[in-house]
Amino acid sequence: MEIYNYMGYELIEKIRSKEITIQEVIQQTYERIEETEELLHSFVYLSKERALKRAKNLDAQLKNGKTTGKVLGLPIGVKDLICIKDSPTTCGSKILEEYRPPYNATVIDYLIEREGAISVGRTNMDEFAMGSSTENSSYGPTYNPWDLERVPGGSSGGSSSCVASGQTPISLGSDTGGSIRCPAAYCGIVGIKPTYGRVSRYGLVSYANSLDQIGPLGRCVYDVALILEIIAGYDPLDSTTVDIGVDEYTKELNRSIEKKTLGIPKEFFGEGLQKDVKEKVKKSINKLEGLGANVVDLSFPHLEYTIPTYYLIAMSEASSNLERYDGLRYGKMSDDLKGDVYEVFSRTRGERFGSEVRRRIILGTYTLSAGYYDMFYIKALKVRTLIKKDFQNAFEQCDAIVCPTMPTTAFKIGELVDDPLQMYLMDVLTCPVNLAGLPGLSIPCDYDNKGLPIGFQIIGNYFDEKTILNIGYQLEQELNIYRKIPPLTIRGN
Amino acid sequence: MSDTPQDVIIGLEVHIQLANLKTKLFCSCSSDYRSAEPNTHVCPICLGLPGSLPVINKKSIEFATRLALALNCKINPKFWFFRKNYFYVDLPKGYQISQYNKAGGKAFADGGKVTIKINSSKKEILLNRIHLEEDPARLVHKGSIRTSPYTLVDYNRSGITLIETVTEPVLSSPAEAREFLNQLKLIVQYTGISDLSLEGTLRVDANISIKGHPRAEVKNITSFKEVESALIYEITRQKHEIKKGKEIMQETRHWDGRVTIPLRTKEFEKDYRYFPEQDLVPIVIKKEFIDEIKDYLPEMPNERVLRLQKQYMLSEFDAENLILDKYIADFYENGVNKDPTFGPDEYKLYCNWLMNNIVGWLNENNKKIDETKLKPSHIIDLISNIKKGNITTKIAKTLIGDMMKGNSISKMIKDKGKKRISEETIIEEYSREVIDENPRIIEDCRKNPKAIEALIGRVMGKTKGQADPKITRKIMIILLRNMRIID
Repeated sequence: MEIYNYMGYELIEKIRSKEITIQEVIQQTYERIEETEELLHSFVYLSKERALKRAKNLDAQLKNGKTTGKVLGLPIGVKDLICIKDSPTTCGSKILEEYRPPYNATVIDYLIEREGAISVGRTNMDEFAMGSSTENSSYGPTYNPWDLERVPGGSSGGSSSCVASGQTPISLGSDTGGSIRCPAAYCGIVGIKPTYGRVSRYGLVSYANSLDQIGPLGRCVYDVALILEIIAGYDPLDSTTVDIGVDEYTKELNRSIEKKTLGIPKEFFGEGLQKDVKEKVKKSINKLEGLGANVVDLSFPHLEYTIPTYYLIAMSEASSNLERYDGLRYGKMSDDLKGDVYEVFSRTRGERFGSEVRRRIILGTYTLSAGYYDMFYIKALKVRTLIKKDFQNAFEQCDAIVCPTMPTTAFKIGELVDDPLQMYLMDVLTCPVNLAGLPGLSIPCDYDNKGLPIGFQIIGNYFDEKTILNIGYQLEQELNIYRKIPPLTIRGN
Repeated sequence: MSDTPQDVIIGLEVHIQLANLKTKLFCSCSSDYRSAEPNTHVCPICLGLPGSLPVINKKSIEFATRLALALNCKINPKFWFFRKNYFYVDLPKGYQISQYNKAGGKAFADGGKVTIKINSSKKEILLNRIHLEEDPARLVHKGSIRTSPYTLVDYNRSGITLIETVTEPVLSSPAEAREFLNQLKLIVQYTGISDLSLEGTLRVDANISIKGHPRAEVKNITSFKEVESALIYEITRQKHEIKKGKEIMQETRHWDGRVTIPLRTKEFEKDYRYFPEQDLVPIVIKKEFIDEIKDYLPEMPNERVLRLQKQYMLSEFDAENLILDKYIADFYENGVNKDPTFGPDEYKLYCNWLMNNIVGWLNENNKKIDETKLKPSHIIDLISNIKKGNITTKIAKTLIGDMMKGNSISKMIKDKGKKRISEETIIEEYSREVIDENPRIIEDCRKNPKAIEALIGRVMGKTKGQADPKITRKIMIILLRNMRIID
């Protein structure tokens, strides 16, 4: 069997039992990437030489019994906005072309330096994580492995297509309004957005820093639980991480979900939901009931304000977070240096940011400006508090909330490019989770009538990743579709 | 200046670097950048590299608490940092992490006051607030900013802790502003949070208006002396404009050392789009923390004045002078407490020697007391030698320079034996004293020129035999001749 059929934990086991060397794993990983990359464009940069060199070192260490990494030799894709020392980190943007950070993100220190994973390359993304389709990458779109005419979702589209297609068993993404869960749903894989403050953001290039979280994507819940165990925890370099213990998620997966109460918010099944998405998600809820879970109906009166609230906050923060890109210290400056420093800054930013990034910077700058601040930003913060309260009320009645991840399955490339508002509305079921700061898991539950995967979302209480991973794992085992490899073809429907 | 105090309104924003902090406000880079190569005290955080995050330096909160307590401010139990957004080459993130007291934000501490003495009456200068913020990078130009062919950026300064003290618009003259700054400097020195004698530790923005007219802001003045000059210039300019019937523009101006010049309004009248910094969590300041700082807070200058008067029976004038430099006052107390036999007379003598002679020497030689080899015991030794008649005050004064090099008076007397005085001005002074004190002998001199020997003898007595007899004779003869006592 080709190695791309294996789950991450299976591969780790084979390496540990010396059934296969790390160098063989990495070699075969690149073979799979080289076979499929032309169809998918999951990566913006491949670090083959560096990865093979590291594999050789780790093999030697393994031989001498000197290493004990939990994910030793595991190949991973890393979203192009998580800093790896001396490796290109461009956020899918021309403004950071050729930028190589001089330091590692905390998650990279944990996963790669401490536990022995190997980065094979930087995965494609919407520029600065702004988008739901990966069409906004300055380096061209990524294609959905289930239908190459369709988007893989976004913004972590490269991280999901590389896992779904078996290029790597695991990848790291980031989620600000659904950027892990959306592409996981569209590509039929598992992705988790942890509680805000659960995983260090140190070294994650900010889009909207009060919403961003790093999380893993994988083909099964176990893999995702395993990676989260490693990257979660308090980090003195990130003041927003919380100093509470990390559960051993992988050890909690087999627990029974009998007597667990699942909340079903009626607003999450409202208008705009694709018919078969609704049906198949309901079917999965029935399966969970079959496993002994209870269900309770919930109401989220403020859900309708989610999209404006989310975009006001995200764009406001983004307008400030992206001010540092002026080309002066790193990244690329405009070739035309005429005029004073303000003119050169403006020209550089005008030329090198893509249109969606420019749109969000302009809107965010506007909403933070004197005279509009109270009307937009402050008001959005107030609604955010109300949405948080809706969730807090909900968790008084249930252990987790279940709903679709996305209102539809993957749409065609180009279909929504000229309609940003329609594109923004795609985030309606994912971004309330970010606004509340809660953890959210997406797992594949079925396929629509076109054969495209449907994502099932499980939302948990603060720092209760354990419960949603447990429920997700139980459903996954019940459904047993997670080993399916996508066809990498055009379906033409 | 002919300003009547009522018609000038001045408010100051004083930015002080907390130079005594070891590390920067949000990273662990060293704050001690002054002698370092440019761009060597930098890291991903103070360079604002993508993905880096700030972490608050807890010591900076402690330092700010010290200053807030010393200024009698009300410390807010919980505050947030805010982002102040603007583009400039000295700002690597495109925003400065600062504080904001609007839009739900709070300053570090509100209110407070500084008492100043102006024309021997006291005035309380009310403060609006103090807050913490990060310093931008330092820009280096060749020659003047206008003609320099380039701008170099040194990020060593980027992220250094600044504390900003904002007064209410209650200062009514440049002299008051100067006095306020002197007092503030003193308080900063006493709290031990900074050393304002270091270059670049101080930057002042001044708001100036003539009552009933809009105000102008003069930005980035870098020394106390310059603040006074800039204020004097700006008041004159505004009064002149008003006299000519022109309207004063509300604008930002730059002090170039000679005049204030307007900065282009388009560039500098900015909307900073303040909003909360989400990379840092709200900071809670507990009462116990404040109490602990309070317990360890050094005595403040105004308290010390009172204590010095009481403890050493000094006059208010002497006590106020002593505390003007914490290190001088510390030196004084160290000294007078070393000798248990000291009483009110010695306390006063010690103070006089220190303030008149030692401080005078320090000012002339542009040195700080800890840069010399003078020890508190040197002055005790000096006083006791005078008391024992081993040396005269006048002679001792000529030995101050040697004493600053670490030589005690006792040692100098021993080494040189009885030091011969051959300086004519000093001998002349003693001779005049002797003449004034001995009218009878002077009368004798008219009849008997030999009586001059008695006068010379008195001079020798006064100088413990140190005066050169030849020179003394010469001077005495000249003096008596001038008085037409002898031929």
